[in-house]
Amino acid sequence: MSAVAADIQSAPAAPAQGYWRAVASRLLRDKVTVVCALVILGLILMAVFAPWIAPDDPLKSSIFKRLQPIGTQGYPLGSDELGRDMLSRLIFGARLSLVMGIVPVLCALGIGSLLGITAGFMGGRTNTAIMRTIDVFYAFPSVLLAVAISGALGAGVLNAILSLTIVFIPPIARVAESVTTQVRSLDYVEAARASGAGSFAIIRVHILGNVMGPVFVYATSLLSVCMILAAGLSFLGLGTKPPLPEWGLMLNTLRTAIFQNPWVAALPGLMIFLVSFCFNLMSDGVRAAMDVTR
Amino acid sequence: MLAYLFRRLLYVIPIALAVSAVCFSLVYLGPVDPLMAVLPPDASLELIEQLKAAYGFDKPIPVQFAKWVARAAQGDLGTSIATGRPVNSELARAISNTFVLAFFACTFGFTLGLALGFVAGYFNGTWIDKLVTSFAVAGVSVPHYWLGMVLVIIFSVFLNWLPATGMGTGGSGDWAWDWEHIRFVILPAVTLSVIPTAIITRTVRALVADILSREFVSALVAKGLSEAGVFWHVVKNAAPTALAVMGIQLGYLLGGSILVETVFTWPGTGFLLSIAIFQRDLPLLQGTILFLALFFVFLNLLVDVVQTLLDPRIRRT
Repeated sequence: MSAVAADIQSAPAAPAQGYWRAVASRLLRDKVTVVCALVILGLILMAVFAPWIAPDDPLKSSIFKRLQPIGTQGYPLGSDELGRDMLSRLIFGARLSLVMGIVPVLCALGIGSLLGITAGFMGGRTNTAIMRTIDVFYAFPSVLLAVAISGALGAGVLNAILSLTIVFIPPIARVAESVTTQVRSLDYVEAARASGAGSFAIIRVHILGNVMGPVFVYATSLLSVCMILAAGLSFLGLGTKPPLPEWGLMLNTLRTAIFQNPWVAALPGLMIFLVSFCFNLMSDGVRAAMDVTR
Repeated sequence: MLAYLFRRLLYVIPIALAVSAVCFSLVYLGPVDPLMAVLPPDASLELIEQLKAAYGFDKPIPVQFAKWVARAAQGDLGTSIATGRPVNSELARAISNTFVLAFFACTFGFTLGLALGFVAGYFNGTWIDKLVTSFAVAGVSVPHYWLGMVLVIIFSVFLNWLPATGMGTGGSGDWAWDWEHIRFVILPAVTLSVIPTAIITRTVRALVADILSREFVSALVAKGLSEAGVFWHVVKNAAPTALAVMGIQLGYLLGGSILVETVFTWPGTGFLLSIAIFQRDLPLLQGTILFLALFFVFLNLLVDVVQTLLDPRIRRT
């Protein structure tokens, strides 16, 4: 098959509007993705409206009510090692946990795609300079890089977000670069250039539209990793500081209680698992829905 | 082929240097002077100057970096600020412990991942495939440090079958390949293997399903080749990619062991890293991260070379 024929075949039959509508309708028909999206949405709403939903103050401790089991009067999900209400802490914990799990991916999506598109579009020395620098960060396993940077910066929510952003920039930049390089050499970009379009116009109209789709899909697959890593940093004591409720940190402080009250100690991890599982299934759903060839 | 291998080998040098620079510059990211962690608050200026000179902190940064790299290349990673012992000896013990853990985690995880991946790939689209795939999604989604806690709750707290933490009665320096010691490694190794198992399962499943759908497989079946013969062809075609994924996963496993080692107080490199971070022991921090990162670079190189030897069509520049 000739290259032109292949291009015509792979081009979306309908205009761009129709493509996104098709993606949306395919997503809505995918029950697993819809359920996962609803769960995530529910948790985000729970985090936003935490003060109105939570039955108790997440910071109020009680010496006499430490490590109550699940189902105790006044403590529906038990209480932690300082006698604080677990249900309220889990609800309030969603705030920091979700922010730390989502914000780094968003920041990395912005910075990484900017770097990747610049490298791919400019080519030559700029490409070499950007991509070789990124290769250096690829030489670190992601957990190690996150721990090393936030360990050096010191504990704190902002430092954890910063270190995770640095961890996720290289993979996003790589995807953006490879897609941009492919798109840049396509005939219609050449045609646009020949008809007098400037670099910014080409990037805005032709490159962004074609590159951001795959990059976005890739970024959604990072959400679950980020969620686990962010809570992991807090678990190590490199994220949130006590007494603020955050699922990873709660898991760490409750670790000493697994012999007295194991199931209460395991609850925060269950929340992390739930969010990361939903993110993963959602990402698979989005990938399938955006795949035109199917 | 030799020229390719040589070029690939040469490319490691700038990467290794850049990795060292990143590890080294970690010191200057922190807000706290590394010496403040060991000095008494009322230390005299004279003492501070003496210590700075002893650790080389009084020199300009590029000079410090050059000296550090030169000594690291000779295998000297400096002296731990907290313990006063050489970083090398601290690191060597931790590495051997992490390798023990990684050995069990890899043996278990890679075998299970390959087996599940092949089964799911062969039964592509059936309920077996769906079951294996959901298991793999759960595996990549589970926060493994939490899974470790849950395993401790089940097998140590309730069943009392396996120990919850540590490395055995002899402590960190005394490993032996007998049941008395191996029982301590089972829970951390299983915990550590969950992510690699799930990723290998996913990759191998997709690989096998793709290979089985190709025309040459139909041709092999049509010419009457036995099931085992076809299987051998599938294995040969899947091997380069599967090996690459396993190599990278081994690297991630070593680099990512910090969370699991914290849960199980396993005295390996990850545990050493968290000690280095919380005592702000920067030579120890730099040395440990440098070793783990360089090992990862070396592993990537090895994967590339093995992959190219198995399948000369793959050549990365």
